[in-house]
Amino acid sequence: MNYEFDWSLLLQEPNWGWVIEGISNTVQLSLMAWGLALVIGIFIGTIRMAKSRVLRLVGTTYVEIFRNIPLLVQLFLWFFVFPLLLPDDFMRAWNRLDGVPFLTALIGLSLFTAARIAEQIRSGISSIPKGQFLAAYSTGLTELQTFRHVIIPYAFRVMIPAIASEFLTIFKNSALTLTIGVAEITGAAKTIEAYTFRGIEAYSAASLTYMLTTASVVIFMGWLEHVLRIPGLIGKR
Amino acid sequence: MDFSVISDNIEFLMLGLMRSFQLAVFTIVFSLTIACFIAIGRVSSRRAIRYPSAIFVNLLRSNPLILIVFWFFFLVPLITGKTLPEFHTVLIAFVVFFAAYFAEIVRSGIQSVGASQVKAALSTGLTYSQSMRLIVLPQAFRNMLPALVTECVIVFQGTTIAYVIGMREFLHSTSLVAERTVRPVELYLFAALVYLVICFAGTRLALFLEKK
Repeated sequence: MNYEFDWSLLLQEPNWGWVIEGISNTVQLSLMAWGLALVIGIFIGTIRMAKSRVLRLVGTTYVEIFRNIPLLVQLFLWFFVFPLLLPDDFMRAWNRLDGVPFLTALIGLSLFTAARIAEQIRSGISSIPKGQFLAAYSTGLTELQTFRHVIIPYAFRVMIPAIASEFLTIFKNSALTLTIGVAEITGAAKTIEAYTFRGIEAYSAASLTYMLTTASVVIFMGWLEHVLRIPGLIGKR
Repeated sequence: MDFSVISDNIEFLMLGLMRSFQLAVFTIVFSLTIACFIAIGRVSSRRAIRYPSAIFVNLLRSNPLILIVFWFFFLVPLITGKTLPEFHTVLIAFVVFFAAYFAEIVRSGIQSVGASQVKAALSTGLTYSQSMRLIVLPQAFRNMLPALVTECVIVFQGTTIAYVIGMREFLHSTSLVAERTVRPVELYLFAALVYLVICFAGTRLALFLEKK
């Protein structure tokens, strides 16, 4: 193997610009998709535990569909199929929007991840002793109030590690959106490699982004878990 | 909608699906084998073994699969000096990547068995490798079967990533037919349905094993 390293090439234009744009797109996309996925996932996860059978069925169907179709296929469905199914006027309006790939990626990533988060929420809620529900109902809270004021704040703490790891999953999954034209960091690295044939430098930039993010999230979440822990519920560190 | 495009091209599509299955099966067999060694390394008492295995696992788990595939497409020709068929390159990347994930599953399986089992096995005069092979791993496999099945479903879903480098697996075949016939709606919905059915069966199996 003979390969001459030239790390300075990453700092040259246009490569540096691509790296920065890539990192910023990856971070923006994953944060936004994570936020959306949390909201949808908490909603779906909660209705899967509801008393109503219809609600439970809706929740389960959502989870099974979005979890069992590969993310790449889902992205293609949103990108190639979804606009064609819209009424003509909507389709034209959609195609005129700025950044359709980014929007598509946001929809696809968050709906996919919501199914995974819903599963985490469900297992988090299942881990809560039944007495908590009974106690909440006995104070006169409605089902909705019980979930909002008692169960979710409680379950949320139990689920912090799982939710953090979902952020890391979404962060890595966002790399797939390069297939529909989002200039995120893996796509940027691929572009640099294609132009310069400096694969090691280019892919290192991308790998480093993912690894540093993973490390910082792991450290931050360890701290957060420690701060938010309910005494006696989560093991002491 | 006109679903006759699917029956017209079914042979071509099924060929792609077979390729996806091939990639998934080879990946699972090879990566699971490697994963057993790495997992044993992860629980080893020797630092010289434990640290490298931990680094391997964490390095791969913090990168996206698609990036690992790009890495290998660049590195394999550079190291071997020749271009391997794309199926082989993708397979190498997949095996390395999923070995890290399987290793974590095997490790938690091993740790679920408990140290007393190892001590008991060692006290009967078995060597360390014998007690791992004959006592710990069989029990560990039973405990981790649901997680393994779930991971196999993830491997199968992951084969779609081979699309990116142009390997003709199921998603790529679908997209080729979609472009040629200009019928993306029918074809992508069909592909989604096929993946849904296969993966749903897999996740149900995992659930069934978990309850058992």
